[in-house]
Amino acid sequence: MICKGFMGQTDFRFISVVSSRLRLYGEGERIAALSTTIIVVNGVSHEVNVASSTPLLWVLRDALNLTGTKYGCGMGLCGACTVHLDGQAVRSCQTPIQSVGMKKITTIEGLSHDRGHPLQKAWIEEQVPQCGYCQSGQIMQAAALLASHPRPTREQIDDAMNGNICRCATYQRIRRAIQRAAGVAA
Amino acid sequence: MKSTVTRREVVETGIALMIGFALPLRGKSDPEKSEFNAWVRISTDNQITVLAETPEMGQGTRTANIMMLADELELDWTSVRWEQAPTIPRIYKNLSAGGSGSTTATWLKLRKAGAQAREMLLTAAAQRWGVDVKACHAGNGAIVHTASGRRIVYGDLVREAIQLPVPDPDQVPLKDPKDFRVIGKPMQRVDIPGKVDGSAVFGLDVRRPGMLYAVIARPPHFGGKALHVDDSDAKASPGVKAVFAVPAIGYVPAIDRNLNVAGGVAVVADSTWNAIQGRKALNITWDQGRDESTATLQAQFREKAAGAASVVNVDRGKVEKVLTAAAKRIEADYEFPFQAHATMEPMNTTVHVRDDGQIDVWSPTQIPAIAQSTIAALASIPPEKVNVQLMLSGGSFGRRYQWDYLAEAYNVAKNIKVPVQLVWTREDDMQHDFYLQYSFQRMRAALEEDGHIAAWWYREVTTPISTVFHDPAKPQAAKDVEDWNGETPYDTANFRADYAPVLSVVPRAWWRSVSSPFQVFAIECFVDELAHAAGKDPLHYRLERLRADQKGEAEKLGSVLQLVEQKSNWSNPLPKGQGRGLACCVFGRTAVAHVAEVSVVDEEIHVLRVVSAVHCGLAVNPESVRAQIEGAINYALTPVLHGEISVKDGGVQQSNFHNYQVARMKDAPEIEVHLVPPTAEPSNGVGEAGVPPLAPAVANAVFAATGKRMRRLPILKVS
Repeated sequence: MICKGFMGQTDFRFISVVSSRLRLYGEGERIAALSTTIIVVNGVSHEVNVASSTPLLWVLRDALNLTGTKYGCGMGLCGACTVHLDGQAVRSCQTPIQSVGMKKITTIEGLSHDRGHPLQKAWIEEQVPQCGYCQSGQIMQAAALLASHPRPTREQIDDAMNGNICRCATYQRIRRAIQRAAGVAA
Repeated sequence: MKSTVTRREVVETGIALMIGFALPLRGKSDPEKSEFNAWVRISTDNQITVLAETPEMGQGTRTANIMMLADELELDWTSVRWEQAPTIPRIYKNLSAGGSGSTTATWLKLRKAGAQAREMLLTAAAQRWGVDVKACHAGNGAIVHTASGRRIVYGDLVREAIQLPVPDPDQVPLKDPKDFRVIGKPMQRVDIPGKVDGSAVFGLDVRRPGMLYAVIARPPHFGGKALHVDDSDAKASPGVKAVFAVPAIGYVPAIDRNLNVAGGVAVVADSTWNAIQGRKALNITWDQGRDESTATLQAQFREKAAGAASVVNVDRGKVEKVLTAAAKRIEADYEFPFQAHATMEPMNTTVHVRDDGQIDVWSPTQIPAIAQSTIAALASIPPEKVNVQLMLSGGSFGRRYQWDYLAEAYNVAKNIKVPVQLVWTREDDMQHDFYLQYSFQRMRAALEEDGHIAAWWYREVTTPISTVFHDPAKPQAAKDVEDWNGETPYDTANFRADYAPVLSVVPRAWWRSVSSPFQVFAIECFVDELAHAAGKDPLHYRLERLRADQKGEAEKLGSVLQLVEQKSNWSNPLPKGQGRGLACCVFGRTAVAHVAEVSVVDEEIHVLRVVSAVHCGLAVNPESVRAQIEGAINYALTPVLHGEISVKDGGVQQSNFHNYQVARMKDAPEIEVHLVPPTAEPSNGVGEAGVPPLAPAVANAVFAATGKRMRRLPILKVS
């Protein structure tokens, strides 16, 4: 399935197709080159028309309305925007759309269809979230950790999760939820 | 029964909600007869919906709201649905969250709302069965005839129940606390499932058809102005739809408040990223920065600490005389710099100024009612024409009790015909916060041989909050500058607390626990110093000196000190290089004591464990209370280990999480929270009370580990 997603609400009257590139004419003399990019998000292909340097974060949030992935810092410092590229945790705010290619993107919306991922269950059982804003990124980071280290030590957990800030500071519960999902003793 | 909204009002306000027991509008049901209370709705197909009122920003208030109502109404907890109550302040009086007060403020109101509905359903069932009401009871979402066990679910009673008079909320019987089934039990939070799958909608997640996104280029220093703007590159930047100046907003007479909106240049685009890129393409020459820096502030703090006070808040006995004559005199200064709130979700609000004269607002705010009245005042329209949809907040900690970003969002949107989301980048958020005020406190005490505090002189110097919001044209009485009673929990016959302000261009306001972080830091570190000077155990020293004239407070502090002594193994020695430190406080009516265990390795502090004891009366949801204390402890770690907002040329130097470091996973200690068994006192607030004692507990633990006193935060190195 191909979904057409345009950044924001592009006025289609101003779009003309020039080979594989689109030109957007705004008011007056403005000309901006946009490139057509196909990305695969949660198993679905999307055609998006954005500048090739646009970070994946904003494509997900503003073009595809996948708002579960959060903006926190825009500098790769907080981890709120963490998604998976072919199973690897990446900061989507630091991932230009041109670098994604056909790598499979998984966002929090695609981690499971029914909150059935062991981490999602553990997050509820340990009552981790407070405000909840950072938790998509926390869960995606933890999911990548468990994929590579199914039974992580406390040190491995602390190392893997240190890049994800939670200002409600639910760190202790995050740690316990990962241990619960992994079936390792706290 | 006045707290109602009629169907006519619902229709008039355009809000697609039916308040009260929502009957399908058919048959002979008279809309005017369905006046019930505004917090519960039961449909004939037995859907039970609670309207939660106080803003949810992570503190769990929504769940507590529902629990209080559900207990009195005897609901089946697993089947309760909830919705955010609409922003109608005339009906919903608690459309704000602040001062750790949401649960306390709604405690009786929501119980009464549940009880009203329960009594009406009981009467309806009794009438149908032709039995006495006393022969029936409510349980698990149904009315039961006690003797026979006959049972009718609430939905089947709605038609009859809504015809009955609504009981007077001041007369309606409330449950005996011993019969609570939900209140006081650790309940799972209703908002958590949506926060593990990305479906929870925060302010920044608002998406409307045709909407645009805006960012504002603000001056790099407070009070700054653009001298020259070249926006030609910005206007040519991809996706940019509009670039225009937005005015600064200072004192607004209609709301008697200085909004401290910086003003600047707005860039509106078809995506957040394009707006940010467009802003980068702006070429702005700003005016010169102000002559204010952290160093100039520090010089003034020291001057004011030694000079005359502007206000004497407390003056008992003969402080100066006793201090002068004292054989043993202890003095210490404590410094706590500016701190940012740094909520994970930066400030934002989406506004649509509609053609029909109404304004739609989607905002993550602690104060939806004030949001409504403020935007109405700025737009010169009645508040009823401003529809505020309260969104989930990605953290608040007091920041979202300001309404600068709401005013800004309106100022941008009024120039655009479609919904506009004003987005603050992290840099905007960190550099245009309303910070914890900078403080410097000088403590002086005279000690007697037995450790008794003969005299204590407490000088507080801060950059006060009140001046930030005051009409600059009106003189402010010195006593109104800082809201501080000056008291400490400890007994001394001769006590003086006095105050002097330092003026600053940096906006300040309510950080989590307001001024308690620095006041409790100074008091609790100083008491620790006194205990040490007296050669006494710091925990027992405190217990012995709790003020007899503040009985209620002293009892609470006594209970948490004793509990934390037991739970922390206070008297058991720790290995070399480790230390245990204690601090306590009462915040609002909640008492907290923390014992921190730290190790100091290569001059660096590691907080290993914090054991906390909490007295909050009856905890409505003990699970949420624990979560709040855990969060408060880690939140308070930031100023201890890392955090400092510093000032240069009248602007903030930090911009993001690389130079304003916050507590991360590796900083986070093991935390144990112990609650004093529930008392008859209902649910006191816990959102903030865990913050103030953390910094002094850690500083005192560092002293226990190393013999070194840490009197300025952050403690980057123990040297």
